[in-house]
Amino acid sequence: MNGHIIEAKNLTKRYDGTAVVNGVSFAVERGEIFGVLGPNGAGKTTTILMLLGLSDISDGQARVLGHDPVREPLAVKRRVGYLPDQVGFYDNLTAANNLRYTARLIGLEREEREEKIEAALTHVGLTDVAEHRVGTFSRGMRQRLGLAEILMKDAEIAILDEPTSGLDPQVTVELLDIIRNLKQRDVSVLLSSHLLERVQSVCDRVALFNEGSIVLMGTVPELGRQVLGGGFRVEVEALGQGLAARFAAVPGVQKVEALAPDRFRLLSERDVRPEAAAAVVGAGGRLLRLSVEEPSLEAIYTRYFQNTREGERHAA
Amino acid sequence: MRREGSALHGLGVVVMKELSDHLTSVRMRVLEWLVVLFALAAVYLAIQQIKDVTAEDPFLFLRLFTTARESIPITFISFLSILVPLMAIGMGFDAVNSEHNRRTLSRVLSQPIYRDALLFGKFFAGLITISISLLALWLLVIGLGLVLLGVPPSAEEMARAFIFLLVTIAYAGVWLALALLFSIVFRSAATAALVTLGLWLFLTFLWPSVLSSMVAAAIAPPDPRYMAIGLPTPETVEWEQVLARLSPSTLYAEVALALLNPAQRALGTIYLVQLQGAVPGAPLPLGQSLVIAWPQIVGLIAGTIVLFIVGYVVFQRQEVRA
Repeated sequence: MNGHIIEAKNLTKRYDGTAVVNGVSFAVERGEIFGVLGPNGAGKTTTILMLLGLSDISDGQARVLGHDPVREPLAVKRRVGYLPDQVGFYDNLTAANNLRYTARLIGLEREEREEKIEAALTHVGLTDVAEHRVGTFSRGMRQRLGLAEILMKDAEIAILDEPTSGLDPQVTVELLDIIRNLKQRDVSVLLSSHLLERVQSVCDRVALFNEGSIVLMGTVPELGRQVLGGGFRVEVEALGQGLAARFAAVPGVQKVEALAPDRFRLLSERDVRPEAAAAVVGAGGRLLRLSVEEPSLEAIYTRYFQNTREGERHAA
Repeated sequence: MRREGSALHGLGVVVMKELSDHLTSVRMRVLEWLVVLFALAAVYLAIQQIKDVTAEDPFLFLRLFTTARESIPITFISFLSILVPLMAIGMGFDAVNSEHNRRTLSRVLSQPIYRDALLFGKFFAGLITISISLLALWLLVIGLGLVLLGVPPSAEEMARAFIFLLVTIAYAGVWLALALLFSIVFRSAATAALVTLGLWLFLTFLWPSVLSSMVAAAIAPPDPRYMAIGLPTPETVEWEQVLARLSPSTLYAEVALALLNPAQRALGTIYLVQLQGAVPGAPLPLGQSLVIAWPQIVGLIAGTIVLFIVGYVVFQRQEVRA
């Protein structure tokens, strides 16, 4: 298993000869939160469905927890929790009864079932409304109920499709907290989204999808280096002589901008705060303030698509 | 390529859930009222007539099902042959597409079950619900008949009535499987309901009475020699019958006739030669009546299975995402 709980090799899905997902390869390690990002229609959901054995694989291979989702879908589905895009529940049933149905499908015994449902609902903060019909629930509550289902299932992997789309900021923050919590419980998470900012804060690594292929993959700083050529902005406020030259000499700093006589902005490929501080002190200056702005996924994403579009234009 | 695990794992859970959905739904309330009202109306109409006409009849009890009042020519069977398809279509028209539309399908299918369990579960739950209603209706009619006629049914009459109940359930199965098929094919429940109802109207009212004879006349034109003496051409009549029997309603009507009318000696054309030596009006034993109706019964069950399989194949190949 070499630590990979999800492995996709050259995964391809064709509809009538058109590839919707085209040769996608990636691996998710145990205990990590892996983000699958990209515009709508990039093939994220299709990839997820193939991993779950809910959609046939046209070409390539997938292994989930060492199982082949095509041949052993039950083994995969037993250990993987899935929260679909805009998850639906039976509106005429209560929250607890919806979970009871799922628990029976999984095959939990009565006592274990009630215990787990109770615990899961408590965890996502839905205990008060456990006996309310889901028809009365808001979007955010449904998403939380979906996460409760995954918790109840004791899944080793949680696959979340657009878990935060259409939610207000407050609810999004709560939901991301629950997702981080999953990681602490040793659940690996694969989550897809087109909302980058929110996702950046929880993902360990991301894969950027475009038109059915992965175009970028890695940690956010790595991607920042690849696409933005760095992307860290360190701002220094310091008093001293010849600081700009000293900052420029720091390895990793690509550009120094003087915003004011005592304020500098360093563009760098990594976080150079310690070196910048050392430079100020070394020059006998006085350090007043030091801050860093990490590369944002948003910036990477926008720049990447700008670059490719320009590339296309040049090619044409 | 063999799949791991049983295809029907989780079937019981799905059946119980669907059944509880059906039994607590408004649809079920409507069905219950329909059942009670139909039973009352049918028995009332039949008994009026039976009291007036039939004084000595060995199968008095079965007349409850087959007799109509002269002024209102509607028998219990004709009630049923309309009520049952409506019940079945009502149970099945939104079985699968509602799961799509409520976005519950992918969530349920991401649990460790195969699609088979879901589809079988929905079919059986629908069939059980209809069976419960039909059983209640059947018992009501028999009970009312006992009270109002004051004549206990014979064992053979009960056996015939019971087999008739089973056949009615098989007839419901055909329409349920058809409704289920369209609920898979059409994403909109309204479209599925309309198409199923349309097909039902076509198969029940248009096809057997009008269109089948038109098509038969086209395939085997009537012989002028028969026409000259005012008789139907045997080939044309046979084609007409074959074509009419493509409709489940025709099959059901024929089975009901054979089972509930013991004097019925054949379904279809009878030549004079075949009538030689027959005692007109003499009842056949139950076994013989069953033999006459057997092809039709098998036809109904086979129709159910074929329609279900078509639905099954479509469902297995369908994408779960909206």
